[in-house]
Amino acid sequence: MRFFPMPFHSLMLFVVWLLLNNSVSAGQMVLATFFAITIPWLVKDMRDEHPKIRRPFLAIRYILMVMKDIVVANVEVALLIVGPIKKLQPGFVAIPINMTSDLGITVLASTVSLTPGTVSAEVSKDKTWLYIHALHLDDEKALINEIKTRYEAPIKEIFGC
Amino acid sequence: MPLFLEIIVCVLLLIGGLFLLVGSYGLARLPDIYMRLHSPTKASTLGITGVLIASMILQSYLQDFVSIKELLITLFLLITAPVAANMIAKTAIHHEIKPLNKTRGKALVDSMRNRDNPPK
Repeated sequence: MRFFPMPFHSLMLFVVWLLLNNSVSAGQMVLATFFAITIPWLVKDMRDEHPKIRRPFLAIRYILMVMKDIVVANVEVALLIVGPIKKLQPGFVAIPINMTSDLGITVLASTVSLTPGTVSAEVSKDKTWLYIHALHLDDEKALINEIKTRYEAPIKEIFGC
Repeated sequence: MPLFLEIIVCVLLLIGGLFLLVGSYGLARLPDIYMRLHSPTKASTLGITGVLIASMILQSYLQDFVSIKELLITLFLLITAPVAANMIAKTAIHHEIKPLNKTRGKALVDSMRNRDNPPK
């Protein structure tokens, strides 16, 4: 595998390049092949080891669930923005997490930012606490509980970490 | 172009435009930086998605084959929006910008700045 140090990424680059250009002409094929070989070769030394996805079907279900939650969260936040501002009760919350993998924490933090009225702000040095800011904080315990059961548990299962 | 496609595209554009408007309105209306962060990361993602899906349907009809690049743009947006929000929040914390007085858990800001565990 000397020419393709990252075969999956090479294939993805090839396909995405053709999709972005919406064409399968010979010239674009040559360019796509060029990128599929050189880009992985350039970045192969910069990579960290990531855990593999252990449960692909659960991952797909998780993505669908997050997409649904994004739509719900968007509507909720839009209503909060248009509604009375004075009644909003913002707040910072620290959520205990127990994940070892950086990728898992990244996915969790991104999900939290995209979904219910919360933005992740910081992770503690020892990676055991995720700090988030909530636009409207009703019940701290309920929020922590929801994030832990709804998002953290499936991520841990997907990456097996 | 058939009428039902036109209606679908129009509805998607209207929904997308509405959410983008609400997102920008929130940016101007909310009182402090931490709350303002919420409106561009959320309301705008759905707005942009609506506009892009409308564009995808229109382009697929005009070019006679499925145009997927709009989906890719949406995907890139969904990956980058939380990172940008996270970076802005971090910057605000390090510049010691005070959150609103009524914000709960203000004591956490100091431990956030030093990336420590929260005070017991």
